[in-house]
Amino acid sequence: METILSVQGICKSFGIHRVLDHIDIDILKGEFLCLLGPSGCGKTTLLRVIAGLECPDNGRVMRDGANITFMEPSKRGFGIVFQSYALFPNLTAIQNAGYGVKGKGAGKKAAEALALVGLSHESGKYPAQLSGGQQQRVALARALAVSPDILLLDEPLSALDAKVRAKLRADIRALQRELGITTIMVTHDQEEALTMSDRIALMDNGIIVQTGSPQDVYDRPVNSFAADFIGMINFMPDAEPTPGIRHMSAIRPEHIHVFSDNSAGRIGVQVRNWEFRGSFYRLYLEPETRNGFPILAADVSPNIMKTLSPSANQKLYLEMPDERILSYRDGSLT
Amino acid sequence: MPRLLKSAFSAQGILILVMAVLLGSTVLLPTAILFSKAFTDSSGNWIGAVNLIAYLSEPHLLKSVTNTFIVSSISSVIAVSLAFAYAYALSRCVIPAKRFFRYAAIVPLFAPTMMHAIALIYLFGNKGIVSMLFLKLSEPFLHGAPIPLSIYGPVGIVASQIIYTFPQVFLILSISLSMTDNRLYEAAETLGASRFRQFITVTLPSVKYGLINSVIVGFIMGFTDFGSAKVIGGNFNVLATDIYKHVIGQQNMSMGATVGILLLVPSVAAFIIDRVIEKRQNALVTSRSVPYRPIAHTVRDKVFFAYCTGIAFVIAMFLVIVAVAALVRVWPYRLDLTLAHFSFDRVAGGGFSSFVNSVIVSAASAVAGVALCFPFAYLVEKCQLFPWARRFSYFMALVPLALPGLVIGLSFIFMFNTPQFVIPLLDVTVNNPLTFMYGTPAILVISNIVHFMSVPFISATSRLRSFDGEIENVSESLGVSRLRTFSRITLPMSLPAVFDMASYFFINSMVTVSAVIFLYSPHFRLASVAIVNMDDAGDTAEAAAMSALIILTNIGFKIIYEIVTRRFRTRSERWMNH
Repeated sequence: METILSVQGICKSFGIHRVLDHIDIDILKGEFLCLLGPSGCGKTTLLRVIAGLECPDNGRVMRDGANITFMEPSKRGFGIVFQSYALFPNLTAIQNAGYGVKGKGAGKKAAEALALVGLSHESGKYPAQLSGGQQQRVALARALAVSPDILLLDEPLSALDAKVRAKLRADIRALQRELGITTIMVTHDQEEALTMSDRIALMDNGIIVQTGSPQDVYDRPVNSFAADFIGMINFMPDAEPTPGIRHMSAIRPEHIHVFSDNSAGRIGVQVRNWEFRGSFYRLYLEPETRNGFPILAADVSPNIMKTLSPSANQKLYLEMPDERILSYRDGSLT
Repeated sequence: MPRLLKSAFSAQGILILVMAVLLGSTVLLPTAILFSKAFTDSSGNWIGAVNLIAYLSEPHLLKSVTNTFIVSSISSVIAVSLAFAYAYALSRCVIPAKRFFRYAAIVPLFAPTMMHAIALIYLFGNKGIVSMLFLKLSEPFLHGAPIPLSIYGPVGIVASQIIYTFPQVFLILSISLSMTDNRLYEAAETLGASRFRQFITVTLPSVKYGLINSVIVGFIMGFTDFGSAKVIGGNFNVLATDIYKHVIGQQNMSMGATVGILLLVPSVAAFIIDRVIEKRQNALVTSRSVPYRPIAHTVRDKVFFAYCTGIAFVIAMFLVIVAVAALVRVWPYRLDLTLAHFSFDRVAGGGFSSFVNSVIVSAASAVAGVALCFPFAYLVEKCQLFPWARRFSYFMALVPLALPGLVIGLSFIFMFNTPQFVIPLLDVTVNNPLTFMYGTPAILVISNIVHFMSVPFISATSRLRSFDGEIENVSESLGVSRLRTFSRITLPMSLPAVFDMASYFFINSMVTVSAVIFLYSPHFRLASVAIVNMDDAGDTAEAAAMSALIILTNIGFKIIYEIVTRRFRTRSERWMNH
């Protein structure tokens, strides 16, 4: 696929604090890219640099071979949706949607955009009369009405409650596929990133830690931060550490198999605690043999849970398939 | 550097620089010139603190410093005590007619301070109603001995200032009383705290800053008040009348400037204290706070209702007495009613035209004041270029809070009536390009705007701050110009605040006397100045009539204002109600 936007060596500091440290990333035409990371990792600043709302100290943003680093936001043809929606309170939904559209056919374009987000029936209402989810849809319609080349979403769903969020997640993704519009979304919610994006750029401390498909990033996190940030993972120090080398193995809870009977290669553990998580149970198990070994989390299905029927301090056995074990040396995947 | 140049040539950059220059030259420059005048002699030579020392070593002049201090301390403490009980009753008790009491409390804002003093004279003066009644009733006991306490002097000034400062301190106190969290009272209640303990441990701490603030505001208003002392002060000298005598009576400008600096001391101190306190004050009210719900308490509520009725009665009494003074032919000898005093033909002060002039100047101050203040607030709050110029402008817009009207008036004389300035250090003489404005109505409008801009400016900035900060970014990303977003979004959203600003400018311009008394020309007089002139000439009935005209205009203006703007206010509330 062709590159539509290229971010090259972007640096940005606020005072002595370096927020972006030589960021390089290419955005492909039509893809849904998530900038994922904890708060303060620089993801929003990067989005604002791309949008033109923030000037970088160093580096450049290229589009079709042209340097647009210092181009005014209005000239870039990007649609932006903010976390706070920033709807105009004194304009109706349709007036909001059409705010950026100029010339003839503005009304028609606004109506189309509103229809696209499924809000035609609320077009005459003021933002204060709409629910949070509807307000976010209007914000989306307003950004889409100007037919942008790229859609920029800054934590668009974080102010909504869980049900609405899940619904809008699917809706936005469907709309993005339908329009084939290149989209960059900032989020701190790993689930959002995993479910929505074609590609995730995981950020920490002003650098991009890993880029890849959601499956890649989940299955093969390049370092301990990535492994820990996305999903749950168990880290296990080596039983006999090699001097001078920090080596750890890691495995996700769902990859651990739990049994009530022993057999070759299984590890004996004691049940410390368990939680009901709806579709599965999470068991907290303490290995018997190796002292100082951390408590492991293992996820089991309700059916298996029934057969195990654990009680406190009960003895169980577990298997960790080799192909599921990740190995980190000095924090990096080997 | 190229980036700086580019900013300077953008429309936004130019506007910000123009704003900084305008504010600097109407706030900072005149004050600086006033200071320099206080420390130079009549031919412009530097003499240091000689004037100040001369003033303070003169016993009868030093006396007016202590007089001013004592009078304003007493009036401030009494006004705050009265207003606190009044505001407490309205926010914490269950009493009927709260809306009426709220309006009643702010009525004195609509009158010039001279009016309160005139009313006091008609009540307690030599021929006052109460005095005569007292003499008549006490005849059998005192055998016609004079009233022991004369209203002319400190007592009258204090009384007049109490009613003058009451509305202001009431407003401050009722805001701070309204900022409370009902959950604190519920917690105290469930922990078994008595009413008294709740008052001491919950109520008082939450209004502590409001109390301090209102005492300071009341003190400064009294300290710089000119109208009361002028009308009812008699031979009791205070700084405000001193400065008037020096400037108008003796044309001694540098002595006037010296007194002006003394007049500045408490407000500058308070300004600094306020900045410090504001930083230390924690937010007592969060978005999760629950508003206070008063619980009925029969005895307490009855006492407070009686109290509020009493205060409202006194305020109404002042209005009635001024109306009587204006309408009775010759008090207290010919009690038939007449409108003759409203013709103003035979008296000093410029006649009826001075009233028309006041309305014109106040309307112009309102329109021009808003047309400048709101865009200034926008430039300061919502633009990014020239942060230092914006910070400077913000500070300049707040400084007039600390400038007494007399000081503004005097510094404007220096600014607009000095033919040539000598720039210190460079020793260069420049002609003053602004002298053509001196004595025109324009200078009155400018001084009103400077005098009253801080409060409207603060309300405009807080309104702008309440909007989503990304609105400008959204517009920019959609390719819509700032001007269009300003006129289509920001301004319509701010209309209620804009109207409030205009009304504040208008009402204050109608009643003010302190700054304009140094600046009006004999060809263009103002109503408030006419009151002082008429009272000086002994035409008290006409002075009362003019006061009545001013207060009627202001109340009428406020009523029409409420009706006209109701539509905009409800519309805007609907928008903001998320």
